[in-house]
Amino acid sequence: MSYSATASHDEHHDHPTGMMRWLTTTNHKDIGTMYLTFSLIMFLVGGFMILCVRAELFQPGLQLVQPELFNQLIGVHALVMIFTALMPAATGFANWMLPLQIGAPDMALPRLNNWGFWLLPPAAILLTLPFTLAMFGIGDGAIATGWTFYTPLSVQGGLGVDFAIFSVHLLGISSVMGSINIIVTIFNMRAPGMTMMKLPMFAWGWLITAFLLIATIPVLAGAVTMLLTDRHFGTHFFDAAGGGDPILFQHLFWFFGHPEVYILLLPVWGFMPQILQTFSRKPMYGYKAQVYSLWAIGALSVVVWAHHFFTVGMPVPALLYFMYSTMAISVPLAVLFFCWIATIWRGSMSFETPMLFAVGWIILFGIGGLTGLVLADVAADAQYHHTYFVVAHFHYTLFAGGIMGIMAGVYYWLPKMTGHMYNEKLGKLHFWLTAIAFNLTFIPQFFLGLAGMPRRIPDYALQFTEFNQISTIAAFVLGLSQLLFVYNIISCARGGKKATDKVWEGAEGLEWTLPSPPPYHSFTEQPVVK
Amino acid sequence: MATHTEGQYFVPTPSLYPFIISLGLLSMASGFILSLAHERHKDLGYLQGPGEWMMIVGAVAVIAMIFRWMGKVISESEGGMYKKWEDKSFRWGMIVFICSEVAFFAAFFGALFYMRVISVPEIAAFDPDYTMYKDFLGTWPSTGPGGLVLGTEYTPPANFSPMAAWGIPAINTLILLSSGVTVTWAHWGLLKNNRKQLVIGLFLTVLLGIIFLALQAYEYHHAYTELGLTLNAGAYGSTFFMLTGFHGFHVTLGTIMLIVILLRSIKGHFTPQHHFGFEGVAWYWHFVDVVWLGLFIFVYWL
Repeated sequence: MSYSATASHDEHHDHPTGMMRWLTTTNHKDIGTMYLTFSLIMFLVGGFMILCVRAELFQPGLQLVQPELFNQLIGVHALVMIFTALMPAATGFANWMLPLQIGAPDMALPRLNNWGFWLLPPAAILLTLPFTLAMFGIGDGAIATGWTFYTPLSVQGGLGVDFAIFSVHLLGISSVMGSINIIVTIFNMRAPGMTMMKLPMFAWGWLITAFLLIATIPVLAGAVTMLLTDRHFGTHFFDAAGGGDPILFQHLFWFFGHPEVYILLLPVWGFMPQILQTFSRKPMYGYKAQVYSLWAIGALSVVVWAHHFFTVGMPVPALLYFMYSTMAISVPLAVLFFCWIATIWRGSMSFETPMLFAVGWIILFGIGGLTGLVLADVAADAQYHHTYFVVAHFHYTLFAGGIMGIMAGVYYWLPKMTGHMYNEKLGKLHFWLTAIAFNLTFIPQFFLGLAGMPRRIPDYALQFTEFNQISTIAAFVLGLSQLLFVYNIISCARGGKKATDKVWEGAEGLEWTLPSPPPYHSFTEQPVVK
Repeated sequence: MATHTEGQYFVPTPSLYPFIISLGLLSMASGFILSLAHERHKDLGYLQGPGEWMMIVGAVAVIAMIFRWMGKVISESEGGMYKKWEDKSFRWGMIVFICSEVAFFAAFFGALFYMRVISVPEIAAFDPDYTMYKDFLGTWPSTGPGGLVLGTEYTPPANFSPMAAWGIPAINTLILLSSGVTVTWAHWGLLKNNRKQLVIGLFLTVLLGIIFLALQAYEYHHAYTELGLTLNAGAYGSTFFMLTGFHGFHVTLGTIMLIVILLRSIKGHFTPQHHFGFEGVAWYWHFVDVVWLGLFIFVYWL
């Protein structure tokens, strides 16, 4: 592809300044920055919660946290990390980069875009407020059911469940608004000449993510609405006495919950090949194969949900169907892995921080995928279900596959966004500390799970002590090394070596044709893609 | 407002509406929770009053901001800010939004099918030696076998009978289908620049929407007072009222939107070439119509 870009250097800004700029903005970069900042803050909040949990698990017996608070912390940790850290980070990148990558002046529906962001802080308040209320003697704390809201526990729970229900409603509206915006932007705002099969891979990843969100988030909203009416208005969706079924909730929840996994990962699968090609200095391998694989995974992800509760009691044909369909996902995913590896194969690679994260990500996410294949086996799952094996597995997919992928993206685009280079040494140190501490945290958990340690229990049998101690110490290293990340981002935003327009030698794509940082209004004249 | 020409996308000026709407929703949600907190926490009865006030304040803020936001969009539209490019964004946006609404209703239809096909027959099929639901037949419509729910005994209504399809529901089906016809007729009028046909068509559509809602309200009254069909009447009651209730809520929204479009038409808004506002509402109305057909078939009839 070759581009002829006309960057606008329009410097007169007709927008309010100070706090009002951020409250009222309709600019995709401002909104993207807010999403990313919010995500980073909530990442630290969620991390703090889980460090309390890990501290409790340092020794058998109960020391620091009572079981009630323990249950609240694990559930809210998950909700915070999934809905207010990982998803907003991906949406933040979409806001920042999609218009730049497809040559658009802004997102298609800017005011809606602003609303999508400003729903998130109220949702985060709703999620965490019950902790504070409990300190003042109001209610008994946050939701204590785990992030999955399983009935009948969630029907019986205190006001923390209601807060979580409405938080999910707001988060859902935010996701739907964000998805509408992204779909419309990709369909309607592309530069002339940019056909769908010339779309940057990141746009493809997000387009399919947005479709999944549109199809599944409303189902979650419906499910928690039924939960709310069961709790307060006497309906019987989840109660056998009225002809309902608690397992109905699991079906509804995981109809959303499994695609949610891909909602978290597809944006990363989108921009990761772009990072790999940049630092391998050769074109992306198998563009079409990757696009079709993304579609295949997106389509399969909505028909496999019941593998999350194989042990709940299902007819054998259903078990077989959900097992085989789940395993079928590994075929397109293997195609993606092949393409990622083939992209860097025999490239002239250099290992700046984004590339370190990207290569580490391929390996670690690979472990996450393969352990998922183990869990998909109905017979094996009977042993692994609800053990720490599951915890380790989904942290390999969501921390390594999700968060570390996002970190690669942050280092990759930070010079473009801020106009300054980040501290490379610190970045590399951050990567190695994160990668090593991450593995030391979660590899022991695989073994703990295989040995039978159940998840979501604040106490454990004596023989699990050593592995839990390794895991806890590593988790604290992992948590503390994220402060390096925060420091690096802040100092990069404040100053440092000037970044060039292209930033990376091998960078390809429209966003690198604009100055770093890009002007307030990106492409007032659309570039023409040949 | 910045000068704006074809081929240059219109990026709206900064706005505080979305932020205030979010705060309003926060206030509504937390107020709602606090007002109901006494159900689980006996000591929190004192929060009911403040909670209700928070809901009211939040709702007023949300409604006021939606009106001002939409008013702003209308004035931008009438001010010629939206050309073909922006128009296409609105169209795609509305289509995607309606898809998400379809998914929302799908959750409730899914619950209906699950209860009817799986959970109700399954409860009836338990081994009689090991079940507390011995005499439960598991036929649809079902209000469940009864038993303890949240510590209180739930007894299925004794004189329960489901809503018959071929009375008011059939009439309501006719009404909604005709309203689909009248709104399309109004659209034809708009395309021919026949303003009279546009206004009359919209007026009839609004009228049919209101009649539908009135009949629906009557039906609810009938269900509660004579049929023993309440929100608490087990599987049938839950799905019946949640499905028809959310549908009725959407019809209400649709009717309000139609009234706005009607008033705008009377004021002389919309041209044969440029009338996304009209079409967006018409699409929404057709969507509500199609959902009703699903309701009529699966909730009332079969």
